[in-house]
Amino acid sequence: MQSKKGIIATGAAIGLIAVLLVKMGNPANMGFCIACFIRDIAGGLGLHRAAVVQYLRPEIMGLVLGAFIAAKAGKEFSSRGGSSPMTRFFLGIIVMIGALMFLGCPLRMILRLAGGDLNALVGIVGFAAGIYIGVLFLNKGFSLKRTYRLPDFEGYAFPLFNIFLMVLLVAAPAFVIFSESGPGSMYAPIAIALAAGLVVGFLAQKSRLCCVGGTRDMILFRDNYLLLGFLAIFVFAAIGNIATGMFSLGFEGQPVAHTDGLWNFLGMAVVGWGSVLLGGCPLRQLILAGEGNSDSAITFFGMLVGAGFAHNFSLAASPKGATVNGQIAIAICIVVLLAISAANIEKTPFKSKGDLS
Amino acid sequence: MNKIDTRGMSCPQPVLMTKKAIDQSPEGLEILAGDNTAKNNIKRFLESKGFSVEIEEINEEFILKAIK
Repeated sequence: MQSKKGIIATGAAIGLIAVLLVKMGNPANMGFCIACFIRDIAGGLGLHRAAVVQYLRPEIMGLVLGAFIAAKAGKEFSSRGGSSPMTRFFLGIIVMIGALMFLGCPLRMILRLAGGDLNALVGIVGFAAGIYIGVLFLNKGFSLKRTYRLPDFEGYAFPLFNIFLMVLLVAAPAFVIFSESGPGSMYAPIAIALAAGLVVGFLAQKSRLCCVGGTRDMILFRDNYLLLGFLAIFVFAAIGNIATGMFSLGFEGQPVAHTDGLWNFLGMAVVGWGSVLLGGCPLRQLILAGEGNSDSAITFFGMLVGAGFAHNFSLAASPKGATVNGQIAIAICIVVLLAISAANIEKTPFKSKGDLS
Repeated sequence: MNKIDTRGMSCPQPVLMTKKAIDQSPEGLEILAGDNTAKNNIKRFLESKGFSVEIEEINEEFILKAIK
């Protein structure tokens, strides 16, 4: 799987499955969106009260469990953690606030572009700028330090939590909230969405696909492996959208999007920078969490809390554009990112706690 | 031979550490990797820089020996 063919096949599968999910009922250009779906889960669990974005998205549970199955099958499941968990929790909040300013994670950004939404181009420029800033700090010796092996249960806890979410979705007790209108009320049938997540989670674990890693590795090492996957998502989703009549080129009137270029740029810059510090995009965090990495599981909960904040404090943008609260929040996120980046630079990059020699 | 320990580091730090280490010891080095992802990324990077890489697995961790 870790060949160029493998990563391109993974990207192609994601692109086509994303189009299929929209055909089956998901909101337009939202076959997959890790940020939007975690935000919907936060709403479904009552962590925010934005009535239009509340649903327990089975794609998320599928991604985690698909990665878990792939890691188990490939003997790569390993319970580990301990690499600055509190910092990662905050980075999860920050990445979510950035993504909800743009209205999408890096994966939805590329799916939006593949649907003809040119606002995503502005997002991509911001995303690349954020990644570039993150890389500058990596080159200066930024590190959240090592993970360590932990008891098995630590690694199983997050996949088990995702099974619990599936039970909640199917049993639908009264305290779980489901949107009656808006994007949260638009979804593919549970079995199809879960299967889509499982397939993509499995493939993404095997191929290591990461939306932030592509640009990062090109800048750092001139390595195009991950970028090929990212590009394959775009090409195949665009083909799928054109073939099914869902491609619509332009800035105005795009689904679940706004046209405020500055805030699209800054939102994705925050996502790119934060994701480089985390070591991977939101999708990759879910996959790592499925492999037993509890730091990435904590990042998920940071994103969940960030989604709660984003809607409770009116930080999230809407098709009408950015809110003033959201603009202030992005400014705070940039200051905190700078502080986290500067505070975690190792003085001696070759020696670290836990070194053998 | 120069040795570095990349175990437990987030992406892309294992490769970044390797990159900095080969600048210091361009004739070859030994790298400890804690998981498959890091092992494969380091191997791909070293091979792109013209090294030949031998891999030994010990207790689900990997020792990569890079020789020019």
